Amino acid sequence: MMINQNIFADLDRDVFDHRNVSDYMKNYQAGLSEELVRMISGEKAEPLWMLEHRLKSLKAYNEMPIPAWGPDLSDLNLDEITYYAKASDGQSKTWEEVPEDIKNTFERLGIPEAERKILAGVGAQYESQMVYHSLQEEWSSQGVIFEDMDVALREHEELVKKYFMQCVPFNDHKFAALHGAIWSGGTFLFVPKGVKLTMPVQAYFRMNGPGMGQFEHTLIIVEEGAEVHYIEGCSAPKYGKNALHAGCVEVFVGESARARYSSVENWSRDTYNLNTKRAFVDKDAFMEWVGGNLGSRVTMLYPCSVLKGEGARADHLGIAFANTGQTQDTGAKIIHAAPYTRSNVVMKSLSKGGGVSIYRGLLQVMPHAHDCVSNVECDALILDDQSRSDTIPDMKIANSDVSITHEASAGRLNEEDVFYLMARGMNEEEAKAMLVNGFLEDIVKELPLEYAVELNRLIELEMEGSVG
Amino acid sequence: MEKSLIIKNLHVEVEGKKILKGVNLEVKQGEVHCIMGPNGSGKSTLAKVIMGHPKYKVIAGEIWFGGQNILELTPDERARMGVFLAFQYPQEIAGVNFLQYLTTIYNIHLRQMDPGVKAMKSFKFKRMVQPYLEELRMDPDFLNRYLNEGFSGGEKKKAEILQLKLIKPNLAMLDETDSGLDVDALRIVAEGVKGMLSSEMGALVVTHYRRILDYIEPDYVHMMYDGQIVKSGGCELAHMLEEIGYEWITADTTV
Repeated sequence: MMINQNIFADLDRDVFDHRNVSDYMKNYQAGLSEELVRMISGEKAEPLWMLEHRLKSLKAYNEMPIPAWGPDLSDLNLDEITYYAKASDGQSKTWEEVPEDIKNTFERLGIPEAERKILAGVGAQYESQMVYHSLQEEWSSQGVIFEDMDVALREHEELVKKYFMQCVPFNDHKFAALHGAIWSGGTFLFVPKGVKLTMPVQAYFRMNGPGMGQFEHTLIIVEEGAEVHYIEGCSAPKYGKNALHAGCVEVFVGESARARYSSVENWSRDTYNLNTKRAFVDKDAFMEWVGGNLGSRVTMLYPCSVLKGEGARADHLGIAFANTGQTQDTGAKIIHAAPYTRSNVVMKSLSKGGGVSIYRGLLQVMPHAHDCVSNVECDALILDDQSRSDTIPDMKIANSDVSITHEASAGRLNEEDVFYLMARGMNEEEAKAMLVNGFLEDIVKELPLEYAVELNRLIELEMEGSVG
Repeated sequence: MEKSLIIKNLHVEVEGKKILKGVNLEVKQGEVHCIMGPNGSGKSTLAKVIMGHPKYKVIAGEIWFGGQNILELTPDERARMGVFLAFQYPQEIAGVNFLQYLTTIYNIHLRQMDPGVKAMKSFKFKRMVQPYLEELRMDPDFLNRYLNEGFSGGEKKKAEILQLKLIKPNLAMLDETDSGLDVDALRIVAEGVKGMLSSEMGALVVTHYRRILDYIEPDYVHMMYDGQIVKSGGCELAHMLEEIGYEWITADTTV
């Protein structure tokens, strides 16, 4: 186990910020139009219902206002975003077939090595398109499908049609509508009844061009009694030009099934990450969300679990790190829509160098959902005087026969702790990074070891220059 | 360079209150000094100020170590020069794995000895540290726990001495390391320190009681009262203090 730690151990900021020369970008124009939507659908040779879905979404997008609540989005110029770009002509099943420059990007990020060592399957998206997808024979032979969404739409049309944007409706909010209109790429993961994947599968999403928009769609269907752990990583280099990520993740967790979705999102500091993630959780099923948000200029992300069936459970574990110039507006939405459902939310946020982190949560219990249990805990660590943290919980409880706890804390690093570590020879930066990693440990330990190491390393990078 | 500690006319206050009022002390490399005194006399403050605790404000005086005035140095710089403080109340730090922590501080020590040395991985360190754990009668399972979290008083003190052994400083300051220990734990801890004393490593033992001195024989005993060292002598001073207590001392007592 120890050997694998090295996969991500040597990461530094340059790895993520490294840009590839991107000639292909000149073929694509900024801005959104019906023409572009039709072009995307035509290029992918999509069935008519999908084109209709796109056009319906585009209409909703044009009619809906920018959300009036939450972080300031006024700097995001939607006309300057390039909504669709392809950097290569096809998708590969082996890394050898992936174009050299794209392959190098993923090599630097440690993806092929992680695949060799710890993963059952890997997908890699570059700009608007999946460039690599592979699943071990052991799992495909048991009926597991792990495909690029575009491919899945061609090869498993009925399955996609049954679930696509049924969890997150196209008119949910403006950016869901935008996503519905111009989504491209992403992951389709289907785990048939009773199949339990013992190794995680991973997809990595990479934006590379300046002013890009990435709108991948992730659709995960876990049938009755099946189990899967899906990991997502995201990054983009920095250009000083705003980029937009409006992905959508839908998870359907069947009766007694178990799904774990882990993500480490490390978008560049000029990305607006306006992401929608939601799960439907059936009877006795268990959905776990484990997320780390470090990058981006503004993140708005509130993974949602709809506990539909009796005895359904959801755990939401999240980390948000807001550094200089960043707003991390994250949280969790839980809807207890059936009796005997349980939810557990643990969110940890860090604010540093003027960064703002906000916990925004919704806990809703429907009138008929008796005997529900919910625990919400949010802890905020504020690393200096310039930084901020807020907690905005919303509760709508329509059944009195429930048990609900909500704890929130906000504080600073303990000076005695810092002195103790420094007295043993750690400099102030190292001491603080160690304490910050300790603060996050409850959540990081839920990640696979390699990703925990990656996250710890990223935190250390964020902590650099924290002594002033 | 000789790693001697020299304190000249040290005045310290905390939150506006004067705690140390002109301390003078010299601990030559390899010497063992003991500081005794009643509660509130400034013993622990002295140890923390030598280590560089930011809460304490030095308003006058000097602290020299290894020929350098260390007052402007940060605690970690002092630590890397060879000053070590075993805390009276070690911090409990949740989420920080004890093994990872020990590996980190051990590697800092290795790098200090030889800047070109390759960092030891935690799995290798885990093997290396086993004999130390045995010597201190510490359960190896402690390595999987969080730093000092849920450790009993005795376990915390043992963990401090474990770190002392790993870091091998030139000056070991023990801040009431003996308090709260039962007889067996005291013997294990005190023998652990005694085994390290050499011409390379001296000690400054801050204590309220004489019993640790049965194991660690001091070259000098100093008595502190109201922020000053009011009397210095040999071991016989410690015996006398145990016999007659601290009551006889007053601020007028002359050195």
